[in-house]
Amino acid sequence: MKELSLNVLDVAKNSVKAGATLVTIKITETDETLELSISDDGCGMTPEFLANVTDPFCTTRTTRPVGLGIPLLKLEAEQTGGSFAIESKAKELSPLDHGTTTKALFYKNHIDMTPLGDICSSVVTLIQGNPDIDFLFIHTSPGFEVRLDTRELRDILGEEVPLDNAEVLLWITEFLKGQYSGEQSPD
Amino acid sequence: MKSLAELAAIRERMKDRVVLREGQGDIRVVVGMATCGIAAGARPVLSAFVEGVANEGLSDKVTVTQTGCIGICQYEPVVEVFEAGKEKVTYVKMTADKAKEVIEKHLKGGSPVVEYTIGSNQ
Repeated sequence: MKELSLNVLDVAKNSVKAGATLVTIKITETDETLELSISDDGCGMTPEFLANVTDPFCTTRTTRPVGLGIPLLKLEAEQTGGSFAIESKAKELSPLDHGTTTKALFYKNHIDMTPLGDICSSVVTLIQGNPDIDFLFIHTSPGFEVRLDTRELRDILGEEVPLDNAEVLLWITEFLKGQYSGEQSPD
Repeated sequence: MKSLAELAAIRERMKDRVVLREGQGDIRVVVGMATCGIAAGARPVLSAFVEGVANEGLSDKVTVTQTGCIGICQYEPVVEVFEAGKEKVTYVKMTADKAKEVIEKHLKGGSPVVEYTIGSNQ
């Protein structure tokens, strides 16, 4: 992957496939590190599946028995000297509190650091493809915090206007870009 | 900076139109967005279709959706166009610029861009 934001797009789709109603994407930066965390309230994984999940030959896809999404993210984190972890609680074992959290830690100044890239575009693409799921996106860094919660947008839009409406997607893009460029929201 | 008040204004403008539109899209554009597609550059292709369809005023007849792996990873980014009563058209090795051409010639003009289809790229 040329950008970490593409890994975000890819790995968040696992949460969608797990039947999540809320997917939380957090990017937390310090001067030296970037931590990516993607958590969901989906069906989770059993300990047996979890033990093999970074194996490329462990996949839920049906076209061929290879899945590279998780192994690629793990590789990209570890090649900077960072780390990777997944925690999960399966719905069948823990019916009231289930879901998966994927975390990857990167050392930003390492020569093999993959740039974050166009994260706004990944967030908007996730919303466009999954308008019935809620996404909470929080990116903090020394100097700025960017936040988007589709539950708040849904409250304003009501039931008639879906989140994948073209004008709404455009608004979300500009809302995110505005926060990145340091403008303050008038609300 | 976009404000939440502007979002409320979008709701007021849209709420009557959205209901009318449902079920009328007779062309479906499907972009492969599995790991293989994303790694090959599907995200800007999808964005180009979403923006292009909105900007050209095609939202009433064209819907743009995402799917998983279509099974021909070496040809990603892959885009399939389904139209009622017509054979499916499969575009391969797509880019945002090619997407704009497909919007113009195929979705608006009605004739597929043959040179980007899988038949011309094997």
